[in-house]
Amino acid sequence: MRISTTRRIAQAFFFALFAWLCVATAVGTRLWQWRGWPISWFLQLDPLVAVGTALATRSLYTGLTWALGVVVLTLLLGRVFCGWICPFGTIHHFVGWLSQRARPLKVRMAANRYHPAQALKYALLALLLAAAAVPVGRLSLATLQTGLLDPIPLVSRSFNLVVLSMADLLTGKGLGAGRFYSGAGLIGALFLVFVLLNIVVPRFYCRFICPLGALLGVLGRYAPWGIGARRSKCIDCGLCDLNCAGACNPIGPVRHSDCLMCMNCLDDCPSGEPIGYGARPSPGGEIATPGISRRDFMVSVAAGLAVAPLARLGGSTAGDWQAGIIRPPGAVSEEEFLARCIKCDECIRVCPTNVLQPSGLSSDWEALWTPRMNNREGRSGCQANCIACGHACPTGAIRPLTLDERTGRGEFEAAGPIRVGLAYVDRGRCLPWAMERPCIVCEEICPVSPKAIHLDEVVQVTRDGASVHLQRPVVDPARCIGCGVCEHECPMNGLRAIRVTADNESRERSHAVLLRHENE
Amino acid sequence: MNPPPPNIGPAATRREFLKRGLKAGAGVAATAALGAWLLNRHPPGDFSRVVSRDARRYFGPSAPGPAMAIATGRDRAAMLQRALAAMGGMGRFITGGDKVLVKVNAAFATPAFLGATTNPELLTEIIRQCRAAGAASVVVTDNPINAPESCFELTGIGGATRAAGADLYVPGPGSFRSGTLPGGHLIRDWPVLDEPFSGITKLIGVAPVKSHHRAGASMTMKNWYGLLGGRRNQFHQDIDGIIVELAAMVRPTFVVLDGTDSMMANGPTGGSLADLKATSTLIVSTDPVAADAFGATLLERSFRDIPYLVGAAKQGLGTVDYESLHPVRVSATS
Repeated sequence: MRISTTRRIAQAFFFALFAWLCVATAVGTRLWQWRGWPISWFLQLDPLVAVGTALATRSLYTGLTWALGVVVLTLLLGRVFCGWICPFGTIHHFVGWLSQRARPLKVRMAANRYHPAQALKYALLALLLAAAAVPVGRLSLATLQTGLLDPIPLVSRSFNLVVLSMADLLTGKGLGAGRFYSGAGLIGALFLVFVLLNIVVPRFYCRFICPLGALLGVLGRYAPWGIGARRSKCIDCGLCDLNCAGACNPIGPVRHSDCLMCMNCLDDCPSGEPIGYGARPSPGGEIATPGISRRDFMVSVAAGLAVAPLARLGGSTAGDWQAGIIRPPGAVSEEEFLARCIKCDECIRVCPTNVLQPSGLSSDWEALWTPRMNNREGRSGCQANCIACGHACPTGAIRPLTLDERTGRGEFEAAGPIRVGLAYVDRGRCLPWAMERPCIVCEEICPVSPKAIHLDEVVQVTRDGASVHLQRPVVDPARCIGCGVCEHECPMNGLRAIRVTADNESRERSHAVLLRHENE
Repeated sequence: MNPPPPNIGPAATRREFLKRGLKAGAGVAATAALGAWLLNRHPPGDFSRVVSRDARRYFGPSAPGPAMAIATGRDRAAMLQRALAAMGGMGRFITGGDKVLVKVNAAFATPAFLGATTNPELLTEIIRQCRAAGAASVVVTDNPINAPESCFELTGIGGATRAAGADLYVPGPGSFRSGTLPGGHLIRDWPVLDEPFSGITKLIGVAPVKSHHRAGASMTMKNWYGLLGGRRNQFHQDIDGIIVELAAMVRPTFVVLDGTDSMMANGPTGGSLADLKATSTLIVSTDPVAADAFGATLLERSFRDIPYLVGAAKQGLGTVDYESLHPVRVSATS
């Protein structure tokens, strides 16, 4: 079997596995549901996730040791991950092949020649990692923005919230039927643009944009084995460029940091002799260093160093913290959250009630596509007995809680349940408070025991002279966990008459509304 | 095709291959070592876990002598001189080499004559006497409600401090450290003014007599509120509880309660001379509870009207029966 056939089998396998794990990112015990599948495995494999979070938090989260395996693989064999494993790369590879295969050979070979703009990905990598290394704020943690362009979080986000949801909408059944994601259009549009760019240049994203590919390109610099060429036997036919995935100029000098180990050149070379795989350096010459100039590198780093201070100038992690952003239960305090979250949106996909939503551009850009609750969306607020999101999170931005910790039982009895926010009654909109009509849906639906909403009983004389017995809801801030079920169920359908903000959330001591002993 | 760039490597030789193999191997070893070192070094949530210190600030007791003096008059400096002399002089409290911290009330950016803040002339005399007694340094501080720089300048406290040769400490975000009062319910893992206390050996509290809509009165005990940082306004849910805990947290060398003019209404901000009444009294005491219990009488009230005084006395943090301290009464009317 040809080596490129083996590669295609590997690509198909890993892509199918990825897609399967996305499908299985759903709470449940059936075979196609989570039950214990390693749903975040591809994210854990991603060295950029590991390096980014390690830079930002001076720590490596447990599951990310998988990424060390990919690092070792790359150190020894180069960008095998890109050519053989990466599901986003496989999509580009396939779409690129599909759109190019009918074109004349000359055009195809020209499209796969090395282009100096391939150095852009190194600039993006330098910028994103520099941003992740600048400690800012009270906790001296950085802002992690690698997730915007890191291919695994990008393809996870796109599959989780867009591709699978669209498939669900079309088939009208499955997990996603009736699930909505605010701002999914933007996520989908970015995904679509990157996929369609393969029509212009195959593997456009991998060659010009991908910061993970750039990282692996740097890591593979001293790989002892690689593609090599002997110019003496070469007839300069140029066919090695025909299907070259990385545009790495295989006939030499080979650009190893751009070689995706697709091995197509081995099969395409008509004589088979000039191009081979073996001990490096290539006899035909090679360029081991990335194609970025020192000046461009320094500019990128300098720009990256400015990202975190620029992000924090608005004060959104200080006095002007955004009470409208309700983070899921177990989310660490905001500054650490922003240093850990890679915007993969596994939590949002796994959330059984669909209350978790990606933050859009209406909130701070630093928090783009990070999870927040929207109690008007979804099925019923945040389930008081659910801990799925924290167990899906690959980076610890949401801690994996136990049920006891979430609900404040057992050894967590003194600490009380995890609070994500606090509900406020809008007495100007509430039926019994403002409009002399009975209601109390919020009180009935409150899942806390004893209830966090109690009733103020009055007998009111209406304009007709009739007397009506009214029960008016009052929130007890010492009991409310901010789950938002009341907000979801409130019959004031436009702007709810009871709404949750992140006030009094457990994760941020400085957001406390009550005196400490009252919360315990 | 471009001409080959200069950094083209030579053809593979066994030697060259081994060199690369060693480098890659070193990379593998470094990856493993770095991974092992970084693995869960900071578990999620680790960064916001606060390490709290004991929040108590205890200074004292000084050499034996009267615990309280009450001076009458209109001249604050003269009243302070007489009162301190009656208690054994500043030398009883401050000795050579002492580093003194003076906690003023600089809460609002209002001029001194409105009586909402510590009077600068009184502060000047305190600093002068500290230095005369041999203090190595005198630092004046507060964590005000309004913008600190404006408060210190508009109240005249900043100018008086500099003119008298003391140091003004303007608190910033780095001035506080998480502290816990042993046995406390409210002061737990709470940011407490910390940096200006470094190396301090004596603490003096200086506050005016003011009515206070939430707490009843703001005098020397309420003045310790200015040692709290963070979103301290939530303590207004239990204002008596927090003032009692502050009284347990802080044991000063002595306090000066300025009742030359007392703010009878519109407290604690005031804003009009009409809010002030000439009560022509100044108290020096080693027991803030006793000083404030007497101060309540200047506001035409009793300690029974002010729950935190009752609470502090019940906890044994001082006495509301100030007469039991046999206060020395002196006059500074010329």
